[in-house]
Amino acid sequence: MNLYVCIKQVPDTETKIKVNGDASGIDTTGVKWIMSSYDEFAVEEALRLKEKNAGSTVTVVSAGPDRVVDALRTALAMGADNAIHVELPENADSNMAAKALTGALKKESGIDLIFFGKEALDDGAAQVPQLVATYMGIPAVTVVCGIEYSGNTLKCKREIEGGSFEMVEVSTPAVIAAHKGLNEPRYATLPNIMKAKKKEVKALKLADVGVSASDQKIKLKNFQLPPPKQAGKKIDGDAAAQAKALVTALHNEAKVI
Amino acid sequence: MAKVLVFVEQREGKLKKASFEILGASAAAGNETHAVIIGDGVAGLANECAQYGANKVHVVQDAALKNYTGEAYSKALVAAIKNISPEIILASHTPMGKELLPIVAAHVDGALATDCTSLQFAGGKLQLKRPVYSGKAIAEVEFCGSGIQMATIRQNAIGLPKPDSSKTADSSSITVDLSGLKTKILEVVKGNSARPDVTEASIVVSGGRSLKASENFKILEDLADTMGAAVGASRAAVDAGYRPHRDQVGQTGKVVSPSLYIACGISGAIQHLAGMRTSKVIVAINTDPQAPIFQIADYAIVGDLFQIVPALTNEVKHLKE
Ligand SMILES: Cc1cc2nc3c(=O)[nH]c(=O)nc-3n(C[C@H](O)[C@H](O)[C@H](O)COP(=O)(O)OP(=O)(O)OC[C@H]3O[C@@H](n4cnc5c(N)ncnc54)[C@H](O)[C@@H]3O)c2cc1C
Ligand SMILES: Nc1ncnc2c1ncn2[C@@H]1O[C@H](COP(=O)(O)O)[C@@H](O)[C@H]1O
Repeated sequence: MNLYVCIKQVPDTETKIKVNGDASGIDTTGVKWIMSSYDEFAVEEALRLKEKNAGSTVTVVSAGPDRVVDALRTALAMGADNAIHVELPENADSNMAAKALTGALKKESGIDLIFFGKEALDDGAAQVPQLVATYMGIPAVTVVCGIEYSGNTLKCKREIEGGSFEMVEVSTPAVIAAHKGLNEPRYATLPNIMKAKKKEVKALKLADVGVSASDQKIKLKNFQLPPPKQAGKKIDGDAAAQAKALVTALHNEAKVI
Repeated sequence: MAKVLVFVEQREGKLKKASFEILGASAAAGNETHAVIIGDGVAGLANECAQYGANKVHVVQDAALKNYTGEAYSKALVAAIKNISPEIILASHTPMGKELLPIVAAHVDGALATDCTSLQFAGGKLQLKRPVYSGKAIAEVEFCGSGIQMATIRQNAIGLPKPDSSKTADSSSITVDLSGLKTKILEVVKGNSARPDVTEASIVVSGGRSLKASENFKILEDLADTMGAAVGASRAAVDAGYRPHRDQVGQTGKVVSPSLYIACGISGAIQHLAGMRTSKVIVAINTDPQAPIFQIADYAIVGDLFQIVPALTNEVKHLKE
């Protein structure tokens, strides 16, 4: 099978976010970059599928500035065969990213499945998988936490609200956006990390994938840190007194119960 | 004033409260508000849309639309868009809306901003804010170009309008060709929870590692049930197996925005705050006065949750009597 995984590099979740000088984004100095968490499930799923189907290849694709090559190497170290880096400006929106990824994927042939994370930890947009699927003319199933494969048919368990699940049947080629629960991602071993450093990463420029500035549909501006919260009210006393005072405050003052 | 299409979401013939928030906001801004309902046998839901502010209700009905799939519903919504020619398209950032709108945006070449927490209209254009970096920052959305403006709005972020029960809908139906669908719902496996979903509830009671056992969540459930609340959990509680992952609040769980969030024995790690910091009122109960959760709490109780929570349940019961 020809398996593809789109991975995004994002700031580590512990990062303290600082807004940059003109509030057009964040100050990236000193940021530690990682592969977005849900993308690890996507890579793992592709690797497991490859291990079950002899002759398969896993190709990882990432769009972004040069730094994203590190995320590709992490995926190579986990066991991916090939990597493609597509150039993309730092503050590109979901649509421009999707167009860039689509352009790169359209250069490949015989794609069976393209795995994504269900949403990226930085913008939390949950757009790119569906956009790429639609631009590729194939269906997308998102928030997938389980897959049963039989031939070229997939039975996907998609999480919805209220603890319910939709069991969605789809055939290849398709886009799958991975959610926690799909699998347990493996760690790359040290020898594999060393080997991955030497692997070739194919580089594509924006022009190679037919993307231009007009593919940017939205821009984020005026970044602000959340307004600092005023110090809360401390409620003292024994448990019974605290409970009484809190319920009174929530009812009369905050009016939320 | 703009022509606004609101995708009004239904599951099993029940409309989502979150859709009414958006209908209300659009109507209050004086927009020409068109509601689109997609499903099978859902025409009876039209009046409710009118009562929450829709000027016109469009129903797309087909046996193939009984269950949601992104593929079928996007075809239906695209057909409605062709018919209505809106300048703005809005939906809720629900499991359905967040999957559907990007597919539709790609079909109609729209400009889409997702998971917005502030929705306003100015001069016929959308004015939106959305959290980024898991709520560690917030940014304004600028639309480039002149295409259709589209957005999904976080549930509970803008508040529910009062319905006008005297209204009836001006409704019409739209047909769509649904041949050749490639995805199919085999089954919808229903969750067995009697409580509301954490993302939908207007009150969430959450517990952390300090609950020490899944049985101990019973005291949180009792409190939740007196208020019609959902029960959430920190990742530490989920990883310990006390609660299912679907109840996890935070960066790698659910993002919630209820009117009241009660954090019981949760330290307030940055990844947890990411999932609940836009809650309107936050209560923290923690034995450690230095716990970071207190920095964002509106009401702080330093104390043992095993004593406070049952006392709260009693007090709320008294209040409701
Ligand atoms: C990539 C990544 C993603 C993550 N995603 C999430 C996420 O989505 N959601 C999430 O929640 N976390 C997430 N985390 C984990 C997060 O960093 C914390 O470890 C976690 O939130 C801690 O859970 P906790 O507050 O229950 O436990 P602890 O941090 O152990 O806190 C327990 C608290 O309970 C208090 N306490 C103890 N006994 C009592 C008592 N009897 N009464 C009252 N208070 C008491 C203690 O003082 C303490 O403050 C993530 C971490 C990483 C690295
Ligand atoms: N620049 C990118 N390069 C590669 N994959 C991406 C990129 N942006 C988003 N993705 C993929 O799309 C998923 C959802 O991202 P988003 O739509 O930004 O929330 C991510 O988990 C990745 O799998």
